[in-house]
Amino acid sequence: MDLMKEVEKRNWKEGLPQFSPGDTVKVHVKIVEGTRERTQIFEGVVIGRQGSETRETFTVRRVTFGIGVERIFPVHSPSISKIEVIKKGRVRRAKLYYLRKRTGKAARIKERR
Amino acid sequence: MNKAILARKVGMTQIYNEQGRVIPVTVLEAGPCLVVQVKNKDNDGYSSIQLGFINKKEQRVNRPLKGHFVRAKLKPLRYLREFRVDDPNGYKPGQEIKADCFSAGDYVDVSAVARGKGFAGSIKKMGFSGGPKTHGSHYHRGPGSLGSVDAARVFKGRRLPGRMGGWRRTIQRLYVVEADAEKNILLVRGNVPGPRGGLVEVKETVKSK
Repeated sequence: MDLMKEVEKRNWKEGLPQFSPGDTVKVHVKIVEGTRERTQIFEGVVIGRQGSETRETFTVRRVTFGIGVERIFPVHSPSISKIEVIKKGRVRRAKLYYLRKRTGKAARIKERR
Repeated sequence: MNKAILARKVGMTQIYNEQGRVIPVTVLEAGPCLVVQVKNKDNDGYSSIQLGFINKKEQRVNRPLKGHFVRAKLKPLRYLREFRVDDPNGYKPGQEIKADCFSAGDYVDVSAVARGKGFAGSIKKMGFSGGPKTHGSHYHRGPGSLGSVDAARVFKGRRLPGRMGGWRRTIQRLYVVEADAEKNILLVRGNVPGPRGGLVEVKETVKSK
């Protein structure tokens, strides 16, 4: 499987911050509008990571104007310019799908330090 | 059809293009192949090239085949496959063919022996719809009616359950994402028949543009 690695490592991103489910992150996404390129920031809680190696993705959930929005990003996507970890959360499971049913105070996550 | 190479299927993965979009690719270890024999119209009645791929131990080759390699002044090779070419004059025995005979942006046809699926029903094999799962139905995955009562027989060619896979399949017009002769990497978009590690024939596509 050496050739496989050879192909995959090209998309490998170096120096990615360590983040896990429960963390609050800011994802800087490059958006191309016509010819212009700009960066949009999507901030929210990581509710899960799935896949491995170049195929790995993570789901970020945020609630805006009372509406839950979830976005799935590939970890190694070149259109993500930066991932900032804002807060580390203390959670006891790998997938935080239970947050979808909770709002307000119940949806809080304890901070880890 | 003039360009061809033998390859080993390594596996599938995904890569990103310049726009940051994901392309599913199959990684092929393509070549280096050696031309073992060149057939031309005068001698053989048709023109083709025979390519060999992956070295083989000398002791594993039987006498007749050994002679074949001696004639080409080559070490024994594990796989031999013949490809029709329009003009065989550009090739000579012993010539090496590497992945760079294709380049990114080309379209290729890929042939290989598909994975054997064993005895498969008509739903898996031919994509039949099957019957209802519920509502008191006792007819779930059968092939349905086999024909009219009046004919009193089943017509030839009726698609029925049976062995599936294990046959040679060709996928036409696969896009070449990358061809690297140094690392013998050929990346094609989409899937390729056969298991990982299987032998794959890559040819220039027969379909124009």
